Amino acid sequence: MSAPHQHAHRCFGVLAEYGSGSALLAAIEHGKREGFTKMEAYTPLPMHEVGHALGHENDLPKYVLGGGIVGGVVGFGLQYYAAVLHYPTNVGGRPLNSWPSFIPVTFEMTILFAALTAVLAMLALNGLPRPHHPVFSVPGFELASRDRFFLLVPSYDPRFEADRALAVLGATEPLAVNEVPHP
Amino acid sequence: MSQGPTTPRESEVIAPGHTLSTVTDKITKIVLSRATPRGWYLGFALAFLLVMVLLASITVLLVEGIGAWGVNVPVGWGFAIINFVWWIGIGHAGTLISAILLLFRQEWRTSINRFAEAMTLFAVACAGIFPLLHVGRPWLAYWLLPYPNTMSLFPQFRSPLLWDVFAVSTYATVSALFWYVGLIPDLATLRDRAKSKPWKILYGIGAMGWRGAARHWDRYETAYLLLAGLATPLVISVHTVVSFDFAVSVIPGWHATIFPPYFVAGAIYSGFAMVLTLAIPLRKIYGLQDFITLRHLQNMAKIVLATGMIVVYGYTMEAFFAWYSANPYEEAMLANRMTGPYAWAYWLLLACNALTPQFLWFKKVRTNVVALFVIALIVNVGMWLERFVIVVTSLSRDYLPSSWDTYSPTRWDWGLYVGTFGLFLALLFLFIRFLPMISIFEMRTLVPTGAAETAETEEHA
Repeated sequence: MSAPHQHAHRCFGVLAEYGSGSALLAAIEHGKREGFTKMEAYTPLPMHEVGHALGHENDLPKYVLGGGIVGGVVGFGLQYYAAVLHYPTNVGGRPLNSWPSFIPVTFEMTILFAALTAVLAMLALNGLPRPHHPVFSVPGFELASRDRFFLLVPSYDPRFEADRALAVLGATEPLAVNEVPHP
Repeated sequence: MSQGPTTPRESEVIAPGHTLSTVTDKITKIVLSRATPRGWYLGFALAFLLVMVLLASITVLLVEGIGAWGVNVPVGWGFAIINFVWWIGIGHAGTLISAILLLFRQEWRTSINRFAEAMTLFAVACAGIFPLLHVGRPWLAYWLLPYPNTMSLFPQFRSPLLWDVFAVSTYATVSALFWYVGLIPDLATLRDRAKSKPWKILYGIGAMGWRGAARHWDRYETAYLLLAGLATPLVISVHTVVSFDFAVSVIPGWHATIFPPYFVAGAIYSGFAMVLTLAIPLRKIYGLQDFITLRHLQNMAKIVLATGMIVVYGYTMEAFFAWYSANPYEEAMLANRMTGPYAWAYWLLLACNALTPQFLWFKKVRTNVVALFVIALIVNVGMWLERFVIVVTSLSRDYLPSSWDTYSPTRWDWGLYVGTFGLFLALLFLFIRFLPMISIFEMRTLVPTGAAETAETEEHA
């Protein structure tokens, strides 16, 4: 629990470690009462109530809808352009714009664009790939991908002050509290 | 918590006594332990040998041309299309398990979805080889794609064969995305657990810096669910389009409205049989009975039975249509199937696909691992025969008797087919050795103590 105070003005934040999700949730509530608004939690499994408690917004679905619509328009547009505008060909007397035949490709392109958008937008909004992050340098953080739960009060929180954050998180019965050194 | 995991009862999806840490350690140990089982080397060597057979068969084909195969003028499709449909059908169970069962919140899917998805990817890779080679000049296969070119030509967008290009390539892309996205948190676990620097770096690159931030999990789960929602109609569309390759033509025995649902059911049927074929030895060899329990095997057996019955309904309707249509060509096709030169294949297919699954009505059989394995193998054979019957009998005798001919595969047909088994198994062996075959982070959500630890964790499925 002893943290190197000499670098307090340069630290990235303060990180506390918990043994269970319920302890983490209690700590989030405590931190909110103390006025922290930019806290971030790290958990080994997805927990909806943590996201709720931290008040996250998630507008990924809008991007995916947009991607799907663009995919559908591109898919149909491609076929319309090829069959009607660019090189009109009479195939078996069917109309040039024989749209029912164009549905399968339109559908596949809709799915393809929406799926690509879902993955790329998820990564981009999450700021990934980012191979290194300050929290990785905290000893014991590798357990965040096994069975431990972490709460970070970052230095960009308006109410952040290293000593105060250490005291507030220290009062939440954590397994450990550490300052996160700045990279 | 203090006593270790015990043997799971047949109703359980995970053995009691597991915690977040035991689940993590047990699955990562398979990947990170230095000792590779001797059986792995043996299996991989055999698979690698078959990959060599595949390469030899492809080389002979490229040197000699399509004449190296047994295809002739009426039977232009032969093994290439039979094997393409067979492999792509097998792939569909992986998507069904990972996407559709996720949407239905069937949490038992969790321990089998990862390797079922891997199976999908590898099966699609095997499937893709066949049509690419079957075009005759594979180095010009990019002509199938619409791109601006000096010939000023576009592919024929009104053709099901072109639809297939889009459906299968979209399917391969989305399956790979889905699989990779599912792997990201587990790659982070491997990065954090790996002892050696090179592996830490390699897994670290794959994990892209995943650190389990709550904000990230939110978007991650949304993306994962949306991918599942997109993959569900996609998988149905893919096999529907594959069936259009047949149904949109005017060949007797192909031109039937039952084809799309009948093909989709057949795909799921053969795919689940393949998942059983792979899961039963895997859980035994790697001691994963805690995670892949009898409940999983039973549930899969039930799906095999249900989809098998739909397939039997399809066979019945095919025969009924042929009779009820009063169309002489359709009637002749039916008689040819039942008594013609390929009648053995038709009756064998009925024995494999209509009779064998009936044993699955009995719980004794569904909980007997050896019996399940044998039934799954027979179903795999049966579904291959089904495609053989559909492709070969209809093409070999269509309308004019003067243009009839019989078809028999050459050794290079067999070489290519057996070779794709090698590719499939070699990829599977590599996957099992280097990546977690069970989704670790999703298994964590199943741990009862995990639920207690996380207060009222919403069911994540």
